[in-house]
Amino acid sequence: MDKINGSQAIIRCLQEEGVKIIFGFPGGAIIDLFDALMDSDITNVLVRHEQGAVHAADGLARVTGEVGVALLTSGPGATNGVTAIATAYCDSIPMVILTGQVPTPLIGNDAFQEVDIVGITRPCTKHNYLVKDAKDLVPTLREAFHIARTGRPGPVLVDLPKDVVAKMIDFPEKKPIRMQTYQPNYEPHQGQIEKACKKILKAKNPVLYVGGGVILSNAHEELTELARKLNIPVTMTLMGLGGFPGTDPLSMGMLGMHGSYAANMAVANCDLLIAVGARFDDRVTGRLDAFAPHATIIHIDIDPTSISKNVKVDIPIVADCKHALTAMNTWFNTSSDFNREQVAASHEPWRATIDGWATKHPMTYIDEGEIIKPQFVIQKLDELTHGDAIITTEVGQNQMWAAQFYKFNKPRQWATSGGLGTMGYGLPAAIGAKMAFPDKTVVDVAGDGSIQMNIQELATAKQYKCPVKVVILNNNYLGMVRQWQELFYNKRYAGTVMDVTPDFVMLAQAYGAVGLRATKTSEVEAVLKEALATDNTVIMDFVIAREECVFPMVPAGKATTEMLLV
Amino acid sequence: MKHTISVLLQNKPGVLSRVTGLFSGRGFNIESLSVAETLDSSISCLTLVTRGDEAIIEQITKQLHKLIDVIKVTDIGDSEYVEREMVLIRVKAEAQTRAEVLRVVDIFRGKVVDVSPKSYAVEVTGSTSKVQAIIDILKPLGIQEIVRTGTIAMARASKK
Ligand SMILES: Cc1ncc(C[n+]2csc(CCOP(=O)(O)OP(=O)(O)O)c2C)c(N)n1
Ligand SMILES: [Mg+2]
Repeated sequence: MDKINGSQAIIRCLQEEGVKIIFGFPGGAIIDLFDALMDSDITNVLVRHEQGAVHAADGLARVTGEVGVALLTSGPGATNGVTAIATAYCDSIPMVILTGQVPTPLIGNDAFQEVDIVGITRPCTKHNYLVKDAKDLVPTLREAFHIARTGRPGPVLVDLPKDVVAKMIDFPEKKPIRMQTYQPNYEPHQGQIEKACKKILKAKNPVLYVGGGVILSNAHEELTELARKLNIPVTMTLMGLGGFPGTDPLSMGMLGMHGSYAANMAVANCDLLIAVGARFDDRVTGRLDAFAPHATIIHIDIDPTSISKNVKVDIPIVADCKHALTAMNTWFNTSSDFNREQVAASHEPWRATIDGWATKHPMTYIDEGEIIKPQFVIQKLDELTHGDAIITTEVGQNQMWAAQFYKFNKPRQWATSGGLGTMGYGLPAAIGAKMAFPDKTVVDVAGDGSIQMNIQELATAKQYKCPVKVVILNNNYLGMVRQWQELFYNKRYAGTVMDVTPDFVMLAQAYGAVGLRATKTSEVEAVLKEALATDNTVIMDFVIAREECVFPMVPAGKATTEMLLV
Repeated sequence: MKHTISVLLQNKPGVLSRVTGLFSGRGFNIESLSVAETLDSSISCLTLVTRGDEAIIEQITKQLHKLIDVIKVTDIGDSEYVEREMVLIRVKAEAQTRAEVLRVVDIFRGKVVDVSPKSYAVEVTGSTSKVQAIIDILKPLGIQEIVRTGTIAMARASKK
């Protein structure tokens, strides 16, 4: 066997795993890996801040389904990545983060740029490692990828002391990974599937409640088949958008705090709730005892801890969503108890009720003439990109308007920080997505506040000829917080008014990007068109109705039927 | 409800902090915890005593199982089991109380493991309630220091 050094072995592992692009930022403890990367065919994207590296790898992972990889140095490099690691953890995104570490003899001595990153990231990674022996490098890396992408996916961090990656080692042959302590269960229990299917046949008012698990397990086709076969209305969580076609007549749109009236009413009144890859987050359920109070609950999830965590489940199915939905579809296809026409017809009255709710309170906003409404900007964006762009977002009102008004028909065209709600996610994530799919239109829907959290990544976008488009819905406020203050804090706008905001058009130009601005509704379309036609990174500054609120809104801790409406 | 949970885990650095971090991070409580190697030195056995309603205990066992380094989680209370705890107590023992201390230790089948002119150190093993009982009885005589091991437990073998 040929001897290579540890860094070269790591790069070879990345190649084995199919990694084409990684995002990183160098430093003393990780120079060896950067050096080894130079001799490989892997594109090494130099970001401008480590948080950006990890978000970019996360964006790539979300749109491709592959494991995103980031490379950071020790100490401040690693800690700068923590917010983004936690972001990926909360949304179950498969990632491997490699961090440099001080040489093993110095660990524990408060050496220069030493930090216990394994300790720091323990609660926000799926698993993490400190590799102390060079012969463990390759097996650890392989295990890290395996853990990141299987079961409920998540970020795995591998901490690499500088002396360990410098050692000469043999490169061991790849063997199938079998871990005694980690064997996620993919196959559903057939008895539970049958129980669930029989329950579904008895339901009069069923609802499919679809979460990010459907995207992560690539189960959108199976889900769509099930919903259409049985004529069951579908609602999605923020993470589930695209898991079912948003323009399908069965789609009720998003549910929860800023979900549609119809979706929230349907869940409140359903007699059967089929949760697929969703985790009953408080932003979805509102007041727990009022959530789906009349429903039998079926819950499919690969993570047993998600089941009966917040809401007591009647029929749990611990399995990969795709496998479980396939089993259900097969059951219906082969069961003599199932008469498709009859079942479909039996749900028509329920669908008519839901359509009634949707007509009574559609997802809408009040037109104010030339004052730009953010919802209108998103609608136009949807129209001009034929609902086919990859959309990333920042956090706040901008994110909710994007979720409400862009019609996602496909999985993996939507990357947003759901669980953690990390401002600053969208721009680096857009870069990651665009690097993965250079031919696709990638748009970051941003707020004027959030965009400033990782604006430096414009330079990365420029350096790698990565023409992402940024739509800033500029209200000159930390708008979502201001909305809460308007509604629940007597309009006391403490800490939400940004008196100084950069001129985003000039800022774009300073980075060599294009800056465009619209201040009137009549200018919106032209600006969007020009931006989409430009082969350069573009920032669009849409000066919107300053105090527009996101509606519907279920105030925190209220029942989901207690919606504030437009 | 009190539960005794037995966890088999890989004997690697940092594994214990994954377990304790899980409890503190999720607000579960630990009443006692004890851990040591098993026959197989690559595997440790951890016994912990916690409290919670059924839903919480279910979450605790599932969350423990989810940790990558955990091999097996058993809620020992689900079956018949024996539990033991050891305590070392340093109790004041001067002329007028020396005999009384020895009598109590004898009743609890304890042992005196260290003697000084003014105190005894005694060792007692038993269920948590027995350990608590001797502490309560010796307290009025003047306990200077106690160290408890925390509970360890083992399911009883099937009688069939
Ligand atoms: C890193 C981080 N800090 C703070 C928050 C709390 N927060 C949520 S939304 C929001 C306002 C965001 O403002 P902006 O980006 O302008 O978006 P808008 O709501 O105005 O569309 C804040 C501060 C957060 N989500 N993330
Ligand atoms: Mg704003």
